[in-house]
Amino acid sequence: MKEVKRPINKVDGYGLVSGQPVYTDDLAPKNSLVVKILRSPHAFARIKNINTEKAKSLEGVECVLTYKDVPRNIFTRAGQGYPEPSPYDKYILDEYVRYVGDEVAVVAARDEFTAEKALKLLEVEYEVLEPVLDFEKSKGSKSIIHPEKDYKSESFVSSDPKNNIAATYEMSIGDIEKEIEESDVVVKERFYTQAQAHVMMEPHAAYSYIDMQGRLVIVSSTQVPFHVRRILARALGMPIKKIRVIKPRIGGGFGGKQAIHGEPYVALVTLKTGKPAKVYYTRKEVFESTYTRHPMRFDVTIGADKNGKINVIDVRGLSDTGAYGEHALTTFMVAGSKVLPMYNKVKAVRFGGDVVYTNHPPAGAYRGYGAIQANFAIESAMDMLAEKLNMDPVKLREINMIRENETSPIFKIMGEGREGVDMIVRSCKLDECVEKGAKKIDWENKFKAKKEGKKVKGVGMAIAMQGSGIAKIDMGAATLKLNEDGSFNLLIGATDIGTGSDTILSQIAAEVLNVPTESIIPYSSDTDVTPFDVGAYASSTTYVSGNAVRIAAEKMKEEIIKAGAEYFEVPIEEVEFDGKEIKTKDNKITLQKLAEILYYNENQKQLSTTGSYVGDESPSPFMAGYAEVEVDTETGKVDLLNYVAVVDCGTPINPNLAKVQVEGGLAQGIGMAMYEEVIYDKNGRLLTNNMMNYKIPSRVDIKNLDVELVDSYEPTGPFGAKSVGEIGIDTPPAAIANAVYNAVGVRIKDLPITPEKVLKALKEKQN
Amino acid sequence: MKIKMTINNVLKEVEVSPSEFLLDVLRRLDYMSVKKGCDTGTCGVCTVLMDGKPVLSCSVLAASADGHKITTIEGLRDDPEFKAISQALLDEGADQCGFCSPGLILNVYAMKRDLKNPTEEEMKKYLVGNLCRCTGYVPQMRAIKKYFEVRS
Ligand code: FES
Ligand code: FES
Repeated sequence: MKEVKRPINKVDGYGLVSGQPVYTDDLAPKNSLVVKILRSPHAFARIKNINTEKAKSLEGVECVLTYKDVPRNIFTRAGQGYPEPSPYDKYILDEYVRYVGDEVAVVAARDEFTAEKALKLLEVEYEVLEPVLDFEKSKGSKSIIHPEKDYKSESFVSSDPKNNIAATYEMSIGDIEKEIEESDVVVKERFYTQAQAHVMMEPHAAYSYIDMQGRLVIVSSTQVPFHVRRILARALGMPIKKIRVIKPRIGGGFGGKQAIHGEPYVALVTLKTGKPAKVYYTRKEVFESTYTRHPMRFDVTIGADKNGKINVIDVRGLSDTGAYGEHALTTFMVAGSKVLPMYNKVKAVRFGGDVVYTNHPPAGAYRGYGAIQANFAIESAMDMLAEKLNMDPVKLREINMIRENETSPIFKIMGEGREGVDMIVRSCKLDECVEKGAKKIDWENKFKAKKEGKKVKGVGMAIAMQGSGIAKIDMGAATLKLNEDGSFNLLIGATDIGTGSDTILSQIAAEVLNVPTESIIPYSSDTDVTPFDVGAYASSTTYVSGNAVRIAAEKMKEEIIKAGAEYFEVPIEEVEFDGKEIKTKDNKITLQKLAEILYYNENQKQLSTTGSYVGDESPSPFMAGYAEVEVDTETGKVDLLNYVAVVDCGTPINPNLAKVQVEGGLAQGIGMAMYEEVIYDKNGRLLTNNMMNYKIPSRVDIKNLDVELVDSYEPTGPFGAKSVGEIGIDTPPAAIANAVYNAVGVRIKDLPITPEKVLKALKEKQN
Repeated sequence: MKIKMTINNVLKEVEVSPSEFLLDVLRRLDYMSVKKGCDTGTCGVCTVLMDGKPVLSCSVLAASADGHKITTIEGLRDDPEFKAISQALLDEGADQCGFCSPGLILNVYAMKRDLKNPTEEEMKKYLVGNLCRCTGYVPQMRAIKKYFEVRS
């Protein structure tokens, strides 16, 4: 292999580091109207009256919109497959506002200063309603967050808005009660995970204009251009063909841009005024008015025999979707489906619970997508079980974890929103990950080391799995087009959001065609130009879109051979293509020359091929994470000294970019484990609405990350690849919690693991 | 009000309002490498050099840049140090979404001049204001360390 498995530079790297204008806001037309959104100061209220006269009469204001001026089509902003597994519970603008930061009205003015001034001139009278701010009290509360009559969800989504339930899910295999009863050792514990903010560096941005055919064009910092087009068509009541969505470079997404945000507002302004319009969220808006990770609560019961064989796992969950049900059902199902199959030797397993509405900013997709929440709970509980068994936690995993060529009944039962698919794990080097990681961190010695003194060190570990795309639902496609100089345009609907997927997909095409990656010119993504692709989420790009590229390239190879056969007037079987030349026994021609002839001289035709792919299965990447911490027993401060991650992501197409994906994921996971906390006041107002109060890890917080990719090959993946986008984030919460326990004997069961919590637990332990 | 700034070695006369920040003026003048990531001077993506010193352009009033020299990444394109720093980042794949890259590179550029034989800790402290959410910082540090070893 020449082009894949090579750590080549990113194809767009130089453009990025040299600061070229490539992101949404850099490209917006200079004469765009500036769109600003008035946002609710109340967690729950009904708008009694809005007076827009003063704002409208302000010089420079071109458009003011309230719920009375916009189409009332109920929809979901979540960018997912179709039919949509999220309830339809949102209007572009509504009479009700459901969290502090919800949209009230929209102004568009010739500049930012005027737009901001206009916002202040809007006079709104609210009827303040009793908000639901505690997700544990939401179900059945007398405040109903979605009383609207046209609330709707697909038949496979069990919403119950009268009880504030966005979705419910239940599954069960075997006799849970009997297995718990018969287990020698049982652990039963409750865990909480917090909301987490994405904090991608580029805030949400979009602009729009009308093209010369009178169509609406939206340029957006989005992970999901094709879903944006479909959702906008529904929300605006327009045919899909009247809308074009273009995705330029994206400054990070992590799931936060797997939805629509400002797009409908600029679109409406452009439709009303005929003028280009743009929106650029302030950081405060990003925090208050986009998404967070779903906070969850888990009650985990695990039963095992005295030799450490796990018989039963029972997980009861509760998830907080905030004011709107975006990704409500699917993140909750992933909490089960991407964790429980790791322990596939159980006799009984159960997973279920509710996803409830509250008057908090909505939760949405976020790297790890439910799996990280449940991983923290289950992998913490596993360590508690190991302790009860008086067994090394590494050993406990080794006895019970899934291995190559094995399966789990969960795969078939739980998909994302629907049933899953039956599959055998064809590539699984989890055992090797566990073993290698233990060696690298020196587990044997450090786990058993004496723990005393003011500052105490300890190690902890956790294992994790994810998927590669959503099997049988999410599709990717790619088109290759031969140019007259022998280069190829690669048109992909897949969305590079900073992951390097344009590069990786080009490498895959180049490998199949046996040409250098420089001969491939990738372009992603534009709903008018590139073929359909669901976009960048669910760790799908390398696997799903990568397979589509592989297929397109294989077809292109055939087309080239066919054109060669016609040119030499011989049967196809006698022609070979080695990437440079098309050859027969006695003749040859370079690809470049043949291309030139094809376009200008003989047998003239355009060679172009399209491949599309939908996974029949969703092969899991696996990982073992090992944390070494030092806990200050006087202050409760935890220092993460070292984090070892050994990952099976199949064969990495570009080892550098795969590694950075893991490193970036780890840092976000460490943030969730130790630093990041979304805090509201008693009225539901966000206190952590800027980057000073909401702390993501900085350069000094991340000490040593030691990432190793094991040698693995996934037969269904392009050149053996699986996914790597999400897996890195999953283990830090549990591994760090376990390490803190192994250091000082206190167990933190609600994230983040702050010094205050550790100190409090240490004090309680002493008493 | 009218101010004069030398931006990337070109003297410019610009009309600014007293409340305008340097960041917005630079973007208005099409220096799009200068990004906006926060409202509180915390993220570092808007970093530019003012008389050679890194500043957060979102927190500097344009008026106070009157008479000063401003350098953005656009002004460093042919500079060998810029090429070396950015190549080091590219070689590690540390240019993920790239949104933080121009600000980081300008700070590394200044650090090279300010610190002699810095330790890793000193480098991290110097660059602590340049946040990055994609890379976990580690590949950026690998690149910066390589650049310093080779070049210092
Ligand atoms: S924009 Fe964040 S520090 Fe200037
Ligand atoms: S590369 Fe995306 S924020 Fe640093």
